[in-house]
Amino acid sequence: MTRYILVMAFSMALNTAMAQGILYNAIKSEFSFFSKAPLEDIEAKNTRAASIINASNREVVVRIPVSQFQFSNKLMQQHFNENYMESEKYPYATFKGKINEIIDLSKSGVYSVSANGILNIHGVDQNRKLTAKLSVGENSMQLETKFEVMLADHQIEVPKLVFKKIAEKIEVSASLNYVPLKK
Amino acid sequence: MRKIIFMICFIIPFSALAQDDLMKLIADSNEVFVRTATFKATRVINGHSVETVGKNNLDFIISHRFDRVNRGFEEFFGLDAATNRLGLEYGINDRLMLGIGRSSFQKTFDYFAKYKLIRQTSGAANVPVSVSLLSGYMIRTQNTSPQLSSNNRSSYTAQILIARKFSESLSLQLSPTLIHRNRPDIFTDNKTVLATGIGGRMKLTKRTSVNGEYNYVLPNQIDDSYTNNLSFSFDLETGGHVFQLLFTNSFGMTERQFITETNGSWGSGDIHFGFNISRTFSFGKEKKLKP
Repeated sequence: MTRYILVMAFSMALNTAMAQGILYNAIKSEFSFFSKAPLEDIEAKNTRAASIINASNREVVVRIPVSQFQFSNKLMQQHFNENYMESEKYPYATFKGKINEIIDLSKSGVYSVSANGILNIHGVDQNRKLTAKLSVGENSMQLETKFEVMLADHQIEVPKLVFKKIAEKIEVSASLNYVPLKK
Repeated sequence: MRKIIFMICFIIPFSALAQDDLMKLIADSNEVFVRTATFKATRVINGHSVETVGKNNLDFIISHRFDRVNRGFEEFFGLDAATNRLGLEYGINDRLMLGIGRSSFQKTFDYFAKYKLIRQTSGAANVPVSVSLLSGYMIRTQNTSPQLSSNNRSSYTAQILIARKFSESLSLQLSPTLIHRNRPDIFTDNKTVLATGIGGRMKLTKRTSVNGEYNYVLPNQIDDSYTNNLSFSFDLETGGHVFQLLFTNSFGMTERQFITETNGSWGSGDIHFGFNISRTFSFGKEKKLKP
């Protein structure tokens, strides 16, 4: 019986270790978007995103607290949260995906990568393929990406009455710095 | 049987580590969510709300109060006469704002500072209410006979604004108020008057809401000819503007005027139609995000 429990415990420990592989955690992140509007340009920055990349199976997750997008015009920020993103109902935007390319993270260099996965904004899932530039350094890596979000794809309504026109398509750029996650 | 258990032991951990687990690893982050937009504007209707304008933001507020609707058709239900207040409010930072205003009623200038002391949050830190402090000074500049000294034309306001956003659509506010008039118009009035305001907002759609506000003056402080201020409004926001269409029983728009010197009564139709329009401009920074 003791042997049986030991084997079981060992196998579980082994599995956990293997399955987790090397996790890279984003210690620094910056997401920003910009949209040209006639009256006042719309731009905001968010440095509170969390992200993890699992080096062994190339899975990547990103989670962005929507209400932490900082606008210089606070009324605009309020409208962004209250009217467009409904960030009390949908507090996070997320991406869950898998990097397509097989990359040796022990070798420094700059790689072009792409990831297929689900982008969730405003509570609406979209299957997306996002491309990024991955710069691998010693014990750290930096990911830079740019992608477009169609407001209609995520059921973000723009009212007819809004004085300033808001682009149907918002360009988002992001930069994330990863280091191995300390257990 | 054992074989099956062994197999399960080996398989479960592998299959369980889907992306959802990675998500869980970051999900326990200690994010604090500040409840924003308890009210749409810096006013509930007449009185201040807990909101302040953001850092380096300038709010320009144009307010009108028309005459009483019971003036009848000849005065076109009060629309023939109006008072206005023009106000500028600036955010020093995200908590402190300064404001000035000039009302045509009694040619009044008002100055105030509002500080957001506590912000309602959820998430890692749970704070149930927002609290702001307001301190204001106003002076009448209208000529009177006999001419009064500037000291006698001055009055002061101090308010503690306590609000809670109960849900996406419902916010309520309690505002204990102290008003000091160096020289009340009716000399039997108390110079220092204690009152409390109750205000609320109910959102109808994402961009519209109805507000209500009642300012209760505690008894035996001011003359019986004065009434308590009661107002209702319909708020509409469009981009950078907030429109408030309102009905109230007071003509003035500063604390002394609408809390301690309201003489209209809703019962006899002394209701003023009015509106507040606020437009926000943002200054500072201009550190363009490089594409």
